[in-house]
Amino acid sequence: MRNRIWLWVPLAVFAFFLGLAGYMLTQEKDQFVESTMIGEPLPDFALQPAFAGLPGAAKGDLVGGGPRLLNIWASWCLPCIAEAPQLEALKEQGVEIVGIAIRDRPEDVANFLARHGNPYTRIGSDAISEVQLAIGSSGVPETFVIDAQGMIRYQHIGDIREDDVAVLLAELEKAQ
Amino acid sequence: MIAELGLAALWLAAALAVLQMVSGAFALKGAEGAPNSLAIFARPAAVVQALLAVLAFFLLLWAFAITDLSIKLVATNSHSMKPMLYKLTGTWGNHEGSMLLWVGVLALSGGLLAAFERRLPERTMGATLAVQGFVGLGFYAFLLLSSNPFERLPVPAIEGVGLNPLLQDIGLAIHPPTLYAGYVGLSVAFSLAMGALLTNQVNPSFARVLRPWVLGAWVLLTFGITAGSYWAYYELGWGGWWFWDPVENASFMPWLAATALMHSVSVLAARDALRTWTIMLGVLAFSMSMLGTFLVRSGVLTSVHAFAVDPERGSFILALLGLYIGGAFTIFALRAGAVAEGKRFSATSREGALVFNNVMLSAILAIVLLGTLYPLLTEAFDVRVSVGPPYFNPASAIFAVPMFLVMAVGPLLRWKEDKPARIQFEVALVAAVLIAVISLVTILGDYPFLPVLGLGLALALGVGALLPLRGRKLSRVPVATYGMVLAHFGVAVSLFGMACEGAFTQERLAAIAPGGTEQVGDFAVKLESVTPVAGPNWTAIEARIAVSRDGGEPVILSPQARNFWSPAQATSESALLTRWDGQLYAVIGNQAEDGRWQIRVWWKPFVTFIWYGGLLIALGGVLAIVGRVRVDVKRRKAADMGDERRADIEALDAAAPVPAE
Repeated sequence: MRNRIWLWVPLAVFAFFLGLAGYMLTQEKDQFVESTMIGEPLPDFALQPAFAGLPGAAKGDLVGGGPRLLNIWASWCLPCIAEAPQLEALKEQGVEIVGIAIRDRPEDVANFLARHGNPYTRIGSDAISEVQLAIGSSGVPETFVIDAQGMIRYQHIGDIREDDVAVLLAELEKAQ
Repeated sequence: MIAELGLAALWLAAALAVLQMVSGAFALKGAEGAPNSLAIFARPAAVVQALLAVLAFFLLLWAFAITDLSIKLVATNSHSMKPMLYKLTGTWGNHEGSMLLWVGVLALSGGLLAAFERRLPERTMGATLAVQGFVGLGFYAFLLLSSNPFERLPVPAIEGVGLNPLLQDIGLAIHPPTLYAGYVGLSVAFSLAMGALLTNQVNPSFARVLRPWVLGAWVLLTFGITAGSYWAYYELGWGGWWFWDPVENASFMPWLAATALMHSVSVLAARDALRTWTIMLGVLAFSMSMLGTFLVRSGVLTSVHAFAVDPERGSFILALLGLYIGGAFTIFALRAGAVAEGKRFSATSREGALVFNNVMLSAILAIVLLGTLYPLLTEAFDVRVSVGPPYFNPASAIFAVPMFLVMAVGPLLRWKEDKPARIQFEVALVAAVLIAVISLVTILGDYPFLPVLGLGLALALGVGALLPLRGRKLSRVPVATYGMVLAHFGVAVSLFGMACEGAFTQERLAAIAPGGTEQVGDFAVKLESVTPVAGPNWTAIEARIAVSRDGGEPVILSPQARNFWSPAQATSESALLTRWDGQLYAVIGNQAEDGRWQIRVWWKPFVTFIWYGGLLIALGGVLAIVGRVRVDVKRRKAADMGDERRADIEALDAAAPVPAE
């Protein structure tokens, strides 16, 4: 009679894999590319207005006064629609939000703001993602906390959900 | 309406999968000749289920074609401005759609099996269909409960988000569906293996039923991997054709298992040996397909292929994996001991060579599996590693080299038992080619070790692959043998391409001002101009590069750096100049401050042979299927005619008057 122990080997190997994979699935995993620019000053930039209604944005607009939010977004981005109410809420708390519209067209920007509200004080148009990449952002939407000295203090990746509003307010407080 | 119809079709198909499973299981209670009366529903259930699942897929395809933005999947993955072809391919360029395609192919293959396979005992067939229904049910549950492709948006979107630009390519139209069909074809092999194991029918006639499915799945996998490799080569713009990325490995591992299975099935069919091993490989091949799906979809491993990952879906697939593969290995452990040992054979025989090839393939599979999962293991201890070519290339070569050597002469051996002395001329010929090529290349230049070895093996194998035809009347060689010769020759061709690419590639990265010229190999590369261009959903910087070989007529190449706006992403479109002896590969990079442009150019000798070889291998598989099926059909016809004649004789005998005394 053949030795039957080896018949169990595949099952044992598989059980080990199953345990390992199951364990790893429950572990938090960082899916996002964090900006290496956190703690660094903003790069120099000066962007044209994204549409006729608001002025464009430059580094100088983010220096002086108090801390601000820099929101990287686009009219073609669905999560940006989802975060619009939260930006509105932040604005009502007295936060100044500067927008950078990525690869956008003036008429689309105007449409988006008319439909979903306009929380911004200025919006620069970054047609080739130049400023976005320089800041260390890899997608839309992303939101940065910039302190009064123009330093990047905090990065929020993805759309701002309701519970993120308090986090951002706390980060703005820290950046005072 | 489309969404509701599709969803209804899926739910109905899931219900039929339950019926198929239960009814199939009842077949186990019946005896041969007295089938259980509840077992008759399995086959029709499988067929109708196939129709419904395919219908659901076509409905989704339709929704994508008309860009129905009230469906969430369409809104998040398509765009009304996209060209029609990419609207359609967008159907499976996302998680939900690709899972629906998976389920559709699964149901379709189950339906084909149920409709046309009549050679197996009904009990085995019932068990097989029950397993197939069980597998299908899990994926229906996955689709309906966690990845509903037909989910509606509360308010229709105004415009879609678009499809990842890397996926807006003809390569995507072919590559994933072929791979999926291959993966899923292995599910039939899995179900058949379980059916045979449960009913103790592991014998040559089972192997003959199994073989076309394995061959078919294997052909599709071969083709899918070849297409995927070429897609990565020209679309990613990195100049490489294989990156040992987890997602690539996920397609390569089932292929290795299927290759081993295909060979062991042949031994089982021809010689009634390797019974348990074949069953084991049948389970293994499908587990590798499912494992691949898990790795790709769960995001537990980081890959260059950015799939939408979701740990919750990962858990679901892992649960299915545990259920099916854990269950199968348990049944294997419990039942395989009861499978009677197959026929014995000596080490120097066709079976011996095939067993060696099987062991080597399994070893390579283990190497790739280990390398793919190793980061997962170390990450459990908070160490991040990435396993790359420095591990995979030499580690798999350790087993691939002896495998290629045996492959060159193995097909010359006779079944059961053979004397090595009988094929000493052929062995000497192959060895002479190997040694001659390696010494020649080593004398001519200083090249890396593995590619030189690969080059020698490729030519030796190329000669060896054709030897089974030597001294035979070509018109009488069976079609399946031609298939084997062609596939083995394809391996040699592919290996030749890989070795040449590895040993002789010339690369040049230069900053060129418009009007400037650089030399790469025999080619003078002149940057004529750089201009902006626009496509339907992108804008790009396009270089005009005039390339001339040895001062000959210049050819214009136009590599682009593209920026897609929906979704925003930058891609590099390589430009290729294909010649019979290689490819010139050009990519445009950034502009330097002084106005010069970064241009990267490779001359890759014989690189195309990698994919020609892949196609030859797949074609060999097709010939083998044609040959086998033809023989099967002939055999069945002959058997039918025999039956008819016997019936006629009996009828005549009965009708003939009893001779009077």
